[in-house]
Amino acid sequence: MSDRDGRPDQSSDAEDAELCKRLRELDKRIGERRIDLGEDERDDAPRSPGVAVALRLSADFVAGVVVGGALGWGFDKLFDTSPWGLVVLILLGFAAGLLNVMRTAGIVRPRTGGPDEGR
Amino acid sequence: MATDPINQFQIHTLIPIEVGGVDFSFTNSALFMALTVAGASAFLILSSRGRGLVPTRWQSAAEMTYEFVAGTLRESAGSEGMKFFPFVFSLFIFILFANLLGMFPYFFTVTSHIIVTAAMSMAVILTVLFYGLWLHKLHFFKLFVPSGVPVVLLPFITMIEILSFISRPISLSIRLFANMLAGHITLKVFAGFVVMLSSFGFVGILGAILPLAAAVALTALEFLVAALQAYVFAILTCLYLNDALHPGH
Repeated sequence: MSDRDGRPDQSSDAEDAELCKRLRELDKRIGERRIDLGEDERDDAPRSPGVAVALRLSADFVAGVVVGGALGWGFDKLFDTSPWGLVVLILLGFAAGLLNVMRTAGIVRPRTGGPDEGR
Repeated sequence: MATDPINQFQIHTLIPIEVGGVDFSFTNSALFMALTVAGASAFLILSSRGRGLVPTRWQSAAEMTYEFVAGTLRESAGSEGMKFFPFVFSLFIFILFANLLGMFPYFFTVTSHIIVTAAMSMAVILTVLFYGLWLHKLHFFKLFVPSGVPVVLLPFITMIEILSFISRPISLSIRLFANMLAGHITLKVFAGFVVMLSSFGFVGILGAILPLAAAVALTALEFLVAALQAYVFAILTCLYLNDALHPGH
């Protein structure tokens, strides 16, 4: 930018117009090519690749069970209710793990709709 | 070094520092965290220095990184989520550079230690929790109470939702740490096979071709995993931030 400003140049306007025209032309050509290739205009926006989803699944499930087990064990320690806290919370943790996996896999809707619809 | 696959994860003290009986030593882990930050900063500052309208190759790479993270965040958390862009971008670029630095032979992989990944995921989940509470006050807890559920089932569902929420930082940290740890151990084990087999003479060298090929393939896979894990961490951060912004959704 700066070197163009420094140069007293009457042809700069014409140059700019020329550049603009060329850019528009290029844009049109790229657009045409995209359609030829069957690419949707919006489709190059980031989207989870399949591998990324796959990598998420296992840890999601294990974490649910681990958290359930840990909380159950802690509950038993605190209230001396062994083994019931562990039994109940591991089962709930199992359910939470499954819920995590189903959310990641897209089987369940991410969040069940509440009263205030944001977004 | 030899062929012990766990040796690479050991932490050594480089500069011993002790403040009030607490060990603050500068370790190899700290060194590589500093290198990660320096590398990421250097990449972004140097590549965007030209500020060209038509970007150079490096500037284009930096712009693509920016647009990629910005697009991910905007898509999953809406435009209100963009105020968390510096946070998400820092996490993404830190994890990406730490993972990629770890791919150099003899380098230390910061993200293969659960304490590092756990600290990052706690930062994420505490941000979600406090920002959600600050923004929505007690309405934030609607996150755990789905509507349209029979009253009999509601306590169970709520418990499951709470457990699911608590399991998030754990799965977030375990995923990154386990992937990096397992990948580096596998790589080391296969490379160790090559050394061991090739010491058995000609037949051994012939036999070593197989693990060598596996090691090469695994290296490529590790590069993929390094980038993908950074991406997964970033996109999950975005999804969780979305919960903080729109808990009833």
